[in-house]
Amino acid sequence: MNQKPIDRQEYNITAYTENQIGLLNRIAIIFSRRKINIESLNTSPSEIEGIHRFNIVIEETEEVVRKIAGQIEKQVEVLKVYYNTNEDVIWQEMALYKVPTDVIAEKALVERLLRENGARAVVIRKDYTVFETTGHREETDNLIKVLQPYGLIEFVRSARIAIIKDSEGFNKKLREFEQREPGSEVVENEYLNNREKVFTM
Amino acid sequence: MSTNQPLAQPVASAAVATAALETTPTSGAVATLEALLTEGVDTIFGYPGGAIIPIYDALYDYREQLHHVLVRHEQGGIHAAQGYARSSGRVGVVFATSGPGATNLVTGLADAQIDSTPLVCITGQVFASLLGTDAFQETDIINITTPVTKWNYQVTDATEIPEVLAKAFYIARSGRPGPVLIDITKNAQIQKFDFAGYTPCQHIRSYRPKPIVRNEYVEQAAALINQAKKPFIIWGQGVMLGGAEQEFKTFVEKSGIPAAWTILGVDALPTDHPLNVGMLGMHGNYGPNVLTNECDVLIAIGMRFDDRVTGRLDKYAKQAQIIHLDIDPTEIGKNVPTAVPVWGDCKETLPLLTALVEEKQHTAWRQHFDEFRDKEVEAVIQNELFPTSEELTMGEVIQQLNELTGGDAIVVTDVGQHQMVACRYTKFNRSRSNITSGGLGTMGFSLPAAIGAKFGAPDRTVVAIIGDGGVQMTIQELGTIMQTGVNVKIIILNNQFLGMVRQWQELFNDRRYSFVDIASPDYVQVAKGYHIEGQRVSERANLRDALCTMLDQDGSYLLEVMVTKENNIFPMVPQGCSVAEIRLK
Repeated sequence: MNQKPIDRQEYNITAYTENQIGLLNRIAIIFSRRKINIESLNTSPSEIEGIHRFNIVIEETEEVVRKIAGQIEKQVEVLKVYYNTNEDVIWQEMALYKVPTDVIAEKALVERLLRENGARAVVIRKDYTVFETTGHREETDNLIKVLQPYGLIEFVRSARIAIIKDSEGFNKKLREFEQREPGSEVVENEYLNNREKVFTM
Repeated sequence: MSTNQPLAQPVASAAVATAALETTPTSGAVATLEALLTEGVDTIFGYPGGAIIPIYDALYDYREQLHHVLVRHEQGGIHAAQGYARSSGRVGVVFATSGPGATNLVTGLADAQIDSTPLVCITGQVFASLLGTDAFQETDIINITTPVTKWNYQVTDATEIPEVLAKAFYIARSGRPGPVLIDITKNAQIQKFDFAGYTPCQHIRSYRPKPIVRNEYVEQAAALINQAKKPFIIWGQGVMLGGAEQEFKTFVEKSGIPAAWTILGVDALPTDHPLNVGMLGMHGNYGPNVLTNECDVLIAIGMRFDDRVTGRLDKYAKQAQIIHLDIDPTEIGKNVPTAVPVWGDCKETLPLLTALVEEKQHTAWRQHFDEFRDKEVEAVIQNELFPTSEELTMGEVIQQLNELTGGDAIVVTDVGQHQMVACRYTKFNRSRSNITSGGLGTMGFSLPAAIGAKFGAPDRTVVAIIGDGGVQMTIQELGTIMQTGVNVKIIILNNQFLGMVRQWQELFNDRRYSFVDIASPDYVQVAKGYHIEGQRVSERANLRDALCTMLDQDGSYLLEVMVTKENNIFPMVPQGCSVAEIRLK
């Protein structure tokens, strides 16, 4: 059962929301109700003051992700939801590694490995040193493997953040949302729009 | 930038206006009631308790304007509010205290959420300073109710109350309606602030209750309908929620397409309408189920393809192209692949569609429905409505009731066999006449919902039809009837079993009747204890008179009818079977 069905893949869900207590739970239960594991979740400010941005990563089929995105967007305090494959986004994760300073200091090889992996020292103490690196999952994973033989004490990785390649940001959309009678620009629905060619006479 | 800039303004300017107008400081409790009055609320279903005492104290001065119905249990309160909302088309309002008062609302919230019923529930909460301390009667009701509310919010400061309640009513009633819960801490109820009046909400920037209708989809739908040889309309409660009964009827009549209903949609088109071909789903009519799998174009209007309607999904209407009209875009394509999505309020989309469809009769196609109808009458309906056996059937009670009410009554059903019989056979002439727990299947719904329905439509006859199981779940609401004097006719169809489960055990579990044999009290004596008149009938000869006595009674009346113990509801689409595999016996 190791082989995953081919149509499941990682999707990056981006949600623009109001900054409201309880909304995280409202969004989280959309996944847990369907027994879908959230691989990564990040909430942060967006390019617009007062608007929050959720980055959520799940591994599912396109159909499931589309329905989930619809359910999230249906929540009253959610303005807009997008979902993209990894190819459609620029994404990064950050990782911290704590290793004993004496080992690092003694072995020239470690220094070279750290350099090769783009790691940067954040804190250097007599007893331990903390390195930081940013990149894709394989890159941060790789450094764990590299440092394991040298007494890796602690490791932590952040949630994923992602920028959508062909997005023009949310400013223009938000201005439309604030109007009482939004134009068709805002009332569009990506899913429905994409279906225009489904039926032809 | 605030969430709701247009609404924030009056509050902000109030501070400036105060000096000139000398607004008297108002408590959060009074502001709450003022909000209800501005929203046009006339009835509140509730039950007081420690954490909501300030609101009840304020209510004492508003008791002439806001009619408060004291229920016997908060679940009864919320079901009553659901009944009120469904019979009146307005938002139902519930008051409950914190802790157990609030948790007792959960079943009703889940019911209202799945059946799209507009409610605003206001719960008291412990002082904000005590939140998270396991204070007396403290419960995290916001997180408990998040999955079963359209929106919820905790108020900890009185100044939030006008804006939050305005949002609550707007969200509850707009778009696809649903329940909203507002939790107000006791300090916010007591706190005085400069209340500058209440402005109803018209817009929330993050919320789009309905879209602008896209004409190209309407055009595609019309083109598909016009070329169809065997088109079939299936409709649900969305038609009524959109107030589009007339638009729907016009569409059906011009297109000449046979139309069948889901259980919550039944009363949108009169039962006797020639194009009304009956009920869909597990215990629906024979023709509508079988012909779902023979039609070429399936036009779904304000319904959501529930599993009880579709049966086995991978064998559901595979031959048909599906047009789906719905206000909620997440319903379109959720369960069945949709050829043409018509996203919008059917009050707007139906007239557009009607204008483009050709006038047709579809005579030969409609004949199929008549043929199936004849088979079903012979195999099932005749025996159910006009039995020759000695014992009474549920169906004949409904048949007699139809003859006496003429189809003008509001019928409020519970859940189980009697519900299927009542929905299958009740004659409806008017919209907002069928009130039942559809999606959630909540036993105990009917008695309190009937009370609420009567308050929502005081001029109409309200008949609650309940099984002997369901009535015992909320029978305490007889106390509410006693105290308010509300006029509700109660029919208990007593088959001395939890009948629907017994039917499944008979058909699918080798008659292993596991805990479905339920004893009843003497309902007539129980009613008498509440000063409600009543009688029990077990002979056919007495049924008609008993029903007449019930309907003529000046006030509530309880009629217990002893019916056949082991009757089964047919037709039936067994679970896991396709709609075409519907069984007549």
